[in-house]
Amino acid sequence: MTAQDTAPSAPGKLIRGATGNWEIVIGLEVHAQVTSQSKLFSGASTEFGGAPNDHVSLVDAAMPGMLPVINAECVRQAVRTGLGLKAQINLRSVFDRKNYFYPDLPQGYQISQYKSPIVGEGIVAVDLPNGERIDVGIERLHLEQDAGKSTHDQHPTMTQVDLNRSGVALMEIVSKPDLRSADQAKAYVAKLRSILRYLGTCDGDMEKGSLRADVNVSVRRPGEPFGTRCEIKNVNSIRFIGQAVDTEARRQVDILEDGGTIVQETRLFDPDRGETRSMRSKEEAHDYRYFPDPDLLPLEFDQAFVDELKAKLPELPDAKKARLMHDCGLSAYDADVLVAERETADFFEAVAHGRDAKVAANWVLNELAGRLNKEGKDIGASPVSAAQLGTILDLIGEGVISGKIAKDLFEIVWSEGGDPRALVEARGMKQVTDLGAIEKVIDGIVAANPDKVAQAQAKPALIGWFVGQVMKSSGGKANPQAVNDLLKRKLGL
Amino acid sequence: MTDLTSLTLAGARERLRKKDITALELADAHIAAVEGARALNAYVLETPDQAREMAKASDAKLAAGEGRPLEGIPLGIKDLFATKGVRTTACSKILGDFVPTYESTITAQLWRDGAVMLGKLNNDEFAMGSSNETSHFGPVSSPWRRKGANTPLVPGGSSGGSASAVAAHLCLGATATDTGGSIRQPAAFTGTVGIKPTYGRCSRWGVVAFASSLDQAGPIARDVRDAAILMRAMSGYDPKDSTSADVPVPDFEAALGQSVKGMKIGIPKEYRLDGIAPEIDTLWQQGAAWLKAAGAELVEVSLPHTKYALPAYYIVAPAEASSNLARYDGVRYGLRIPGGDVSDMYQRTRADGFGAEVRRRVMIGTYVLSAGYYDAYYLQAQKVRTLIKRDFERCFAQGINAILTPATPSAAFGIGEKGGADPIEMYLNDVFTVTVNMAGLPGIAVPAGLSAEGLPLGLQLIGRPFDEETLFSLGAVIEDAAGHFTPEKWW
Repeated sequence: MTAQDTAPSAPGKLIRGATGNWEIVIGLEVHAQVTSQSKLFSGASTEFGGAPNDHVSLVDAAMPGMLPVINAECVRQAVRTGLGLKAQINLRSVFDRKNYFYPDLPQGYQISQYKSPIVGEGIVAVDLPNGERIDVGIERLHLEQDAGKSTHDQHPTMTQVDLNRSGVALMEIVSKPDLRSADQAKAYVAKLRSILRYLGTCDGDMEKGSLRADVNVSVRRPGEPFGTRCEIKNVNSIRFIGQAVDTEARRQVDILEDGGTIVQETRLFDPDRGETRSMRSKEEAHDYRYFPDPDLLPLEFDQAFVDELKAKLPELPDAKKARLMHDCGLSAYDADVLVAERETADFFEAVAHGRDAKVAANWVLNELAGRLNKEGKDIGASPVSAAQLGTILDLIGEGVISGKIAKDLFEIVWSEGGDPRALVEARGMKQVTDLGAIEKVIDGIVAANPDKVAQAQAKPALIGWFVGQVMKSSGGKANPQAVNDLLKRKLGL
Repeated sequence: MTDLTSLTLAGARERLRKKDITALELADAHIAAVEGARALNAYVLETPDQAREMAKASDAKLAAGEGRPLEGIPLGIKDLFATKGVRTTACSKILGDFVPTYESTITAQLWRDGAVMLGKLNNDEFAMGSSNETSHFGPVSSPWRRKGANTPLVPGGSSGGSASAVAAHLCLGATATDTGGSIRQPAAFTGTVGIKPTYGRCSRWGVVAFASSLDQAGPIARDVRDAAILMRAMSGYDPKDSTSADVPVPDFEAALGQSVKGMKIGIPKEYRLDGIAPEIDTLWQQGAAWLKAAGAELVEVSLPHTKYALPAYYIVAPAEASSNLARYDGVRYGLRIPGGDVSDMYQRTRADGFGAEVRRRVMIGTYVLSAGYYDAYYLQAQKVRTLIKRDFERCFAQGINAILTPATPSAAFGIGEKGGADPIEMYLNDVFTVTVNMAGLPGIAVPAGLSAEGLPLGLQLIGRPFDEETLFSLGAVIEDAAGHFTPEKWW
């Protein structure tokens, strides 16, 4: 398979070396843990955590005579993901054995898909922070088993092995070498993660290792053929992906500018030291001796199976963003932020339902997001529910409370909970729209301040002083519009 | 008591049902026979206590009139089958004293049907061999000897313990496995009946794997009827084996005595090898004549890719084996020889734990799958395999019901006589049987006569996929004509 050069050089993406500009070329292999109850070829649980070796079946431990049986749910998830990536779904695919010895690989081989993956070419549209949109090609997606975990620091001479992850289903999603900067790589992974989470096919939790990336980096002079690439293994956060790309690209540029050549190899990114280190060279690379797994028949399903899954796909970020811009009149930026996480989008849509979408977006993106951010909470754990926030917006819309009171009310609901409407009632937060009552207050203030009245009549902008006085004596509850109107009349402005 | 061990499985079943004998009596007779035949080395583990327990349970069932199809029938189990709580080693040092916490599907089905376990039977290490000489527990002796000689002979392999035990009346039947001939060749060497069912007919779950795409379990039995009875219990779809076939299991025993009149029997010209022993050729012609006499029509057929089968087999089988045996690494169970680091531990464990033949095949398999060699060897062998399969399909499409061939190129040979200098000499034993595994077809070996030296010789019948019934019908015809062959007791 030869990599096609599909993305044109963009001058703004180049990095500067001592001898001129260089272009970074990046391709990513993302390993996404499939969301499923049980493992790819065994009935053992995929639950995270648990004591070591709690979730291990006879198959996972590769006991003699044990055989793999494909988990249909994992197949469905892979197909759904393929559909989400607008990719070719292969009705026939083959599982192969990738042979190598390691203590956390009980079978002595990983069951993977080599020549015939379940999903072929697709495309992911990625919006960059500067508003630019790029299409990133997907080369393939295949299903494979995860390995167990080796721990080397629990015993002076022994390695300890936990097989809980052994056999858990992974999707390896391979991009084409279409990315040209660290920012693009980061935005691509963020977008991919967003799509997976919308689909519910991977929880995208990078801290738990549910999503991790092997990053292929090379550099070249603009317009020249691809350079020799290095693969940086197992980068486990979006931030680190960006750092790894920049660090590795800089390393390669330095070597080339010193007259050296890049050696194709596998490297590790060390975020603490901000460097990549050689893991093994091409010569040391394993010969995996791939061959079709004779314990498994080719994986075959029909188009009807695919169509049924397609019909039940949820709305994905791109479609949702377009709808929010078109139907709700939101800006591209606001729509982007709202759709990035499915939970945020769902929350927003619940708040906006039957209400002014722009106002709803404003509250979700500013008031709520700001408060969540301050306390480091996810929207799923928001103390103010979509229904509560919606009621607060209703109260503003009905003129029952002012925008300012609404913020106070939001704080009360955040920390104490309760029905906003009942709270407004119980705590006397209702806006005073009784003109008689307001008039009485105004009369008192006008009578007490004849000098201010004269000043205001000479300079109408000074009405603001009167408004402030009225609001102060009403505890902020007077309807600001009514106060303004009455004052103008009383002062003869 | 010894007469109880000379019963056939069907005969014992009849007498148990009639309550002429008890299951415990039958078990005790066999336990005694097993103990008295240790010189044969057929059993690597005897389980007399378990046998008696199971027999007592069977007697209770029989007394209550609830006898199941194999109620009280004492069987030997090849050590390749995982038996819960009973040591299972595949006759390899690397599995050490491995005791499974699970029961293979096939043995579970046998116990479900009321059978009694006498113990675990010897086999070539990981079923790799044609003489049962590669077992970590040492070679098995055939109960047969050449006329007037004391040379110990091999029972064939890899199911040598199974064949020897059945022939020597150390059980009423045995489980066996066949990857390239490991049921049929030992059956032919010992005058017993062995059938390798269609690939997918019997579950591979819980059977130690040699070459997954070729391995298939089946019975070795005293006669064709017994083989049919056992095979029914061993067959059936198993959702735990992805290559298991979801097809109905017929009453194979009912196929015995069915007329073979009008059946077309293929005689493949490519099986007439140069240098074949004249008595094998004569036997083959005799078998054809018997079938003809029963009303079958003989048709010469061509299986043009036969000559490539053995070399292709010795690429495919080791390739799969090299990967299947990777799990024996000293990490989780079985033998571990400590080393300086993990690589060293792997190397020491596997060098010490695997015997020479297993090591040879793991190395061949690793080589043929390596980058740069895969296309030339493994891929090419798979293409050959497809051509072999097509040869058979073309043949059956012409209306051929079954194909008759010799089972082996010779009678049994002496222990230590073959393969010492050149492993190919041993591999040639499988020349008539490997094609059947490569094509996934059913094949039965039926005793058909004795060699000039007084040793059993067998014929093989190859059938259409999932048409074992025809093989039982035809096998019974040969058996009726040829008679039964029992070794004289010398042990």
